Amino acid sequence: MPVPTPPLHLAVALDGAGWHPAAWREPTARPTELLHARYWADLAAEAERGLLDFITLEDSLGLQAAPLTESDQRTDQVRGRLDAVLVAARIAPLTRHLGLIPTAIVTHTEPFHLSKAIATLDYVSSGRAGLQVKVSARADEAALFGRRTIAPIKLAELQQPAVQVLIEELFSEATDYVEVLRRLWDSWEDDAEIRDFAPGRFVDRNKLHYIDFEGSRFSVKGPSITPRPPQGQPIVSALAHQSRPFELVATSADVGYVTPRDAAHAAEIVNEIRTRQDAAGRSEEAVHVFGDLVVFLDEIEAAAVARKKRLDETAGTEYTSDALIFTGSPSQLADLLLDWQRAGLTGFRLRPGALPDDLESITRLLVPELQRRGAFRTEYEAATLRGNLGLPRPTNRYAAA
Amino acid sequence: MSKPIKQIHLAAHFPGVNNTTVWSDPAAGSHIEFSSFAHLAQTAERAKFDFLFLAEGLRLREQSGKIYDLDVVGRPDTFTVLAALAAVTDRLGLAGTINSTFNEPYEVARQFASLDHLSTGRAAWNVVTSWDAYTGENFRRGGYLAQDDRYSRAEQFMRTTWELFDSWHEGDIVADKQSGQFLSHPDVGAFSHHDAHFDIAGQFSVPRSPQGRPVIFQAGDSEQGREFAAATADAIFSRHSTFDDGQAFYADVKRRLTRYGRRSEQLLILPAATFTLGDTDADAAELAHEVRLQQVSGQTAINFLEQLWNRDLSAYDPDGPLPDIDPELGEPKIARGTARARQFTDRLATAAEWRAIAESKKLSIRELMIELTGRQSFVGSASTIAEQINRFVQADASDGFILVPHITPGGLDGFADRVVPLLQEQGVFRTEYEGSTLRDHLGLSRPESGRASAERAAS
Repeated sequence: MPVPTPPLHLAVALDGAGWHPAAWREPTARPTELLHARYWADLAAEAERGLLDFITLEDSLGLQAAPLTESDQRTDQVRGRLDAVLVAARIAPLTRHLGLIPTAIVTHTEPFHLSKAIATLDYVSSGRAGLQVKVSARADEAALFGRRTIAPIKLAELQQPAVQVLIEELFSEATDYVEVLRRLWDSWEDDAEIRDFAPGRFVDRNKLHYIDFEGSRFSVKGPSITPRPPQGQPIVSALAHQSRPFELVATSADVGYVTPRDAAHAAEIVNEIRTRQDAAGRSEEAVHVFGDLVVFLDEIEAAAVARKKRLDETAGTEYTSDALIFTGSPSQLADLLLDWQRAGLTGFRLRPGALPDDLESITRLLVPELQRRGAFRTEYEAATLRGNLGLPRPTNRYAAA
Repeated sequence: MSKPIKQIHLAAHFPGVNNTTVWSDPAAGSHIEFSSFAHLAQTAERAKFDFLFLAEGLRLREQSGKIYDLDVVGRPDTFTVLAALAAVTDRLGLAGTINSTFNEPYEVARQFASLDHLSTGRAAWNVVTSWDAYTGENFRRGGYLAQDDRYSRAEQFMRTTWELFDSWHEGDIVADKQSGQFLSHPDVGAFSHHDAHFDIAGQFSVPRSPQGRPVIFQAGDSEQGREFAAATADAIFSRHSTFDDGQAFYADVKRRLTRYGRRSEQLLILPAATFTLGDTDADAAELAHEVRLQQVSGQTAINFLEQLWNRDLSAYDPDGPLPDIDPELGEPKIARGTARARQFTDRLATAAEWRAIAESKKLSIRELMIELTGRQSFVGSASTIAEQINRFVQADASDGFILVPHITPGGLDGFADRVVPLLQEQGVFRTEYEGSTLRDHLGLSRPESGRASAERAAS
């Protein structure tokens, strides 16, 4: 008898009008509404109707650019965006179950501010917050802050020693950054607020903790100004393509997004992350490894293929991505997801090629297909994001045993 | 010709982390749950208030090396909670205090422009500055600023954000599906700013927001602060909440406006004000006394006194007389993370003043502190309070008030239900929002973007 596989976790990554650069020109696209709360609220509502675990919201400090390492001068693609943490906060009161994971840049920003922002997102969503940490290696983004200089790099130069030194530096800072976020979230014990009338004490100051973090890029004293958030620790996630980011996922994250080419590659990546996780002393902790896929999804494969072709023609070039591009039907995609799940992935983050079309295909076609196969929830299990991801609420590192 | 009747502006201050807020009252709710923020915001919007106001403090306060635990402790992130409030309100302005010392202009501009989009034009920024290394211990850049740099950094910070807000123009986003043109030109959001404090350049990532830029509040009270506000602010969050003091401040600041070619109505003076509402004036007075006792416990009184005396007074009885020893001079070392400790410039003189008051009125430490920290601006029945508020505004002691309820989250309910209708009957407060943005509510015009003003100058 086959061993039943655990249900899949499913998320979508939202970015502009969709991940295809020409998506904004589709008939159903709403390119003039990308700065309106209503647009994001509608997408979140659709994701929640599909019982998805969470949405992620892309972000960058600088203007979007086709090359990931530098700005461009294009006028034919979506440019301009809103701060993702604030978009997540704006839609939090309008949703009830959906996890909200905005992207946050951890290179030039302040960990103290981001920690309380995500804690507050957790409050305004009653326990559905997380974040996707992202480093910035772009020279033009460093110039927006003017606090440090980063030399311009090209993707082709990624393996050069100087670039590898920079990457090591950025990820080491990111690791410190996440450590500070986590310590600040724990810097108030859950029962620190006592409201003891008799001696007139609002908090038990013995349950507030200095975090005394000292690192090469920043030192943070603490405690946070914001009490411990409902989930204790909101979800930390990161996209990872190579060993250094895999290390960040293994040591610091709850969810990693990876980009396998096929099931064998997925197994290889999962194995690397699990090995690093064990080495980091986290073998007892659940760390999700989600496969990232760009999807062009229609009821029949031919329609998806034709739509993708039309988008490529509109853009003038064939769309390429760091993640595998899936073009096909719901049952084909379900086959692929279940195949990759057997390779060790615990869930998937799908990047809709065009919005809202591919999001609606995910929630209205793929989800029912997975449910028919007993591979996806038919209702939300829990009220919090941690709960829906099957993760326990962590004990506080500072609480006396 | 008689002076035209002024319209009053009203705002709600979320109860703060200080002793004005009475957390020990049975009606006091959570200071961190979103429901409390939503309740106060929705009450303010029901009453047609101009905006909700959030203060900020970036390090927990300490006294004698320990976290101060007598008052409410803890608050949410300002931007995040305001963005969430935009979802549960439609018209109410959303004002946040954001420090210019522990932030970078690019990021703050990004956040305010985003908030303004997400609230369809309701964002306001109370620009504050500080320079203490104590708070700086939570941040990358630390906090210390040399004396000469304090105002110049704050001013450059704000002006830099304006360059960013103005870097996108109407019509930059074309988004024409047919032609495939998304942007009108490739250099959208281009900026370049270089001064002693900020050396930044690039393209701003947030297109121009509904209000152009957020409404700017300032709270500075020094000569420099007043001048800075007269030059740049849309409104002042003022401490001058008594009638005479209010009139003097009002006249002083409005007089300064002409120097910058600005009209009186382009800068609103909005003092903070507390209120105690009763069925009758006598009821209210009694209630106000009870509230004062809740706000100033014996321990709170000793702590206040320590902030002036700058030394440990824990051995003193709050119901006894003032200490006969003198204050310790020099840098404040007892209280940290609070503005009050920095207010005392001549500790010996202030102590002598306090002793004189205590002796003449025969007051204990606690009684004196209740007397001195009396922040109850309006005490009375609904009609008394409505009358007083209107008197202040018509006599140019203010343009309205930022009301600070002492109970979270229901502290504004009575005011909304009983005082506001009286002001509306008198025709001095709106019965419906006339516009949709905070600038509309405050009667402020929308700033021109850089290009629009350049084109106007050239024509």
